[in-house]
Amino acid sequence: MAEFEPKIVAFVCNWCTYAGADLTGTSRIKYASNVRIIRFPCTGRIDYMLLLKAFDEGADGIIVSGCHPNDCHYTSGNFHARRRWIMFRSLCNFTGIDTNRIKFSWVSAAEGAKWADIVNATVKSIRELGPYTEYKKVAKYPEKEVNHG
Amino acid sequence: MNIDKRLVRKDSLEKLFDILKQNSKKIYAPSEKNGKITFRDAENFKGISTGYIQTTQSSKDITFPRAEKILDYSKSKEGMSVKGIDLKEIPEIILWGVRPCDANGIGELSSIFNWDYKDEIYNNRLSKVTVFGFSCNKSDEYCFCTSVGGNPGNTLGSDILFTRMGDDGDYLAEILTEKGNVIVSIAPQLFEKSENSEKEKYLAEVPVRFNHEEIKNKLDKFFESKEWIEQSLRCLGCGACAYVCPTCACFDIQDEAHGKKGSRVRCWDSCGFSHFTIHTSGHNPRDAQSQRWRQRIMHKFSYMPERLSVYGCTGCGRCSRACPVDMNILENLISIQEVTI
Amino acid sequence: MVDLIKRAKELIESSSVKVVIGYEQGTGNKTRALFVENSEDADKLIFDSRCIQNLAAYITKKEIKEKGKMAVAATLPVMRSIIQLASEFQVTDANILVLGITPESKLIEFGNLAEVEKFVHQYEIEIDVRNKEMLDKLEKMTQPERWQFWIDELAPCFKCYACRAACPMCYCSRCTVDFNQPQWIPVPSTELGNLEWHIMRAIHLTGRCIDCDACYNACPLSIPINLLTKRMLLDAKEHFGGYQPALKGEHLMSTYKPDDKENFIQ
Repeated sequence: MAEFEPKIVAFVCNWCTYAGADLTGTSRIKYASNVRIIRFPCTGRIDYMLLLKAFDEGADGIIVSGCHPNDCHYTSGNFHARRRWIMFRSLCNFTGIDTNRIKFSWVSAAEGAKWADIVNATVKSIRELGPYTEYKKVAKYPEKEVNHG
Repeated sequence: MNIDKRLVRKDSLEKLFDILKQNSKKIYAPSEKNGKITFRDAENFKGISTGYIQTTQSSKDITFPRAEKILDYSKSKEGMSVKGIDLKEIPEIILWGVRPCDANGIGELSSIFNWDYKDEIYNNRLSKVTVFGFSCNKSDEYCFCTSVGGNPGNTLGSDILFTRMGDDGDYLAEILTEKGNVIVSIAPQLFEKSENSEKEKYLAEVPVRFNHEEIKNKLDKFFESKEWIEQSLRCLGCGACAYVCPTCACFDIQDEAHGKKGSRVRCWDSCGFSHFTIHTSGHNPRDAQSQRWRQRIMHKFSYMPERLSVYGCTGCGRCSRACPVDMNILENLISIQEVTI
Repeated sequence: MVDLIKRAKELIESSSVKVVIGYEQGTGNKTRALFVENSEDADKLIFDSRCIQNLAAYITKKEIKEKGKMAVAATLPVMRSIIQLASEFQVTDANILVLGITPESKLIEFGNLAEVEKFVHQYEIEIDVRNKEMLDKLEKMTQPERWQFWIDELAPCFKCYACRAACPMCYCSRCTVDFNQPQWIPVPSTELGNLEWHIMRAIHLTGRCIDCDACYNACPLSIPINLLTKRMLLDAKEHFGGYQPALKGEHLMSTYKPDDKENFIQ
């Protein structure tokens, strides 16, 4: 049987991680192709609803990444984001969402190699976890049965 | 017409349940969760709640589900393809433990879904439901079925109506329809010949609290009354009353899209929500909660009797019990009756 | 509450306020909100342990605001809500007078919101023992067990939004769930639609919820949705030292510290 290829959605900021990922490419560093990168102006713009949407649409894992603390293009977007992630991650954990499937990282524009490592490590760990069937099951609209609570 | 009345021993009810289950019937019966009673797929007889005055939610969820897919669609280069739901997939269901007011509500709900357009999906679901009504032997201050033409032993809407004769007594079963006969034919030994066929003395006493004809006539001239504002001040505008109601039929059509494909879903909605009537322009014809509250009462006690010749209220009292801010429909109707125009 | 009735009458008769919001005996054994606009109605005012609805939910309601200056019979949770609303610019001294009811059921009138704030700050927001036990129980579960717990608990939810309507902090004229371009939360009450709605609700209340349990009390199906906001309250305490509603100062989630600690970002 073919190896499970997880779908990973990466939400990254324009100024650091996106540039970092670009550097990974221009540096000819090979890394797993399971990741779909979505570029945002800033990590501060990465609404937690987007993360849930990614799971809805069939993602098995998520990477959220931006500028290192004190390096934000907008001074404090990543600090705000960090606070939000702390709370959101805890709420996910509390509602039983598998937080092992959401990877948070700081990757600067100079860290092309780190980006490759993050993606490879995430793909490896999600591959071990398998498809996110729990979420996929509820995200699929019930075929025959209607919901009666 | 002579109603076929049978005796069902108190121990026979469980046997009936088991036999129906053995005949692979799907049974929805009231069961409890967090102290609230709702109709759910019943696995075994023991899980069925008894002794309740009224379930928290009505049984309308079975014929008019809170969320129900009506079609799937997908877009491609070749064009759009649409696939309706397969009506044959709708399961046969026995609705067990329905109170007479709820059973009555099925008829009121049906009149809405057959007013002009005959709703195929609704009618199909309904045709596959067999209703086991259970008469009420107790009531509370929120009950007012007798004020809207019902009664605690009303046979309307049930296929079989069970009336318990005494607190720990046997049941009188009235076999009311062909669907009821089918059930009897599955377990004829449990439906014995009945000697005693008087049920009235076992029924709850629900006093008549208002005259619904009088209310209807009054509402015709009541549209601009200040009473609506006074009554609705504390209303928070949630949909609890509409969602527990056996006859509220408002729905919203939603497309749950996933890229190029998706499902069209019919979901419950409520005239109590502020956004229910909002236009694309931003204008909202029912801008204040009082107008929305008026709509709720008018629809049930004026518009429906006028257009469909049925009332949109069965007097189950659920909305009053469920309301987080004690909007009591009975109290409000009585005060409408008392106000002079 | 004789004091309250007397004071309400004075306020209405002197036209100091246009409406006094308090509690009256409802139907059955329920109590409910009363809007006193003339002094005779003030006689209906009551207060006892059944009066748990958070009256602050009415402060932002259009129909009530239109009446003019209001006085609110406010228990501790209601006072906290008022301060939070004031900090979010939803209410000011010009449109509210707080008739406080202390945890000992004593009437205490405040000259302004700053005094209310001072009073409120004497009391920590604390989660009751029964809910604390429930939170601990959930904490000990495995991730899949917790997932199943919430799928099961939220299954009865039919999205009547009573939780939202009863919450003083849910005053948005248009809630995220009411948007459909783009659609953030699936509208149908399916497992997913229910889960994401309640996650969203909890996140939007993070750092703002004052733990009054109005959402849970309003839920016609008694779903323990208040556990979600309670968990957020504990987290706020654990990670950022907790919070109290305050007239001035930054809100927990709209601010940051450069040295906020976490252990999961690589």
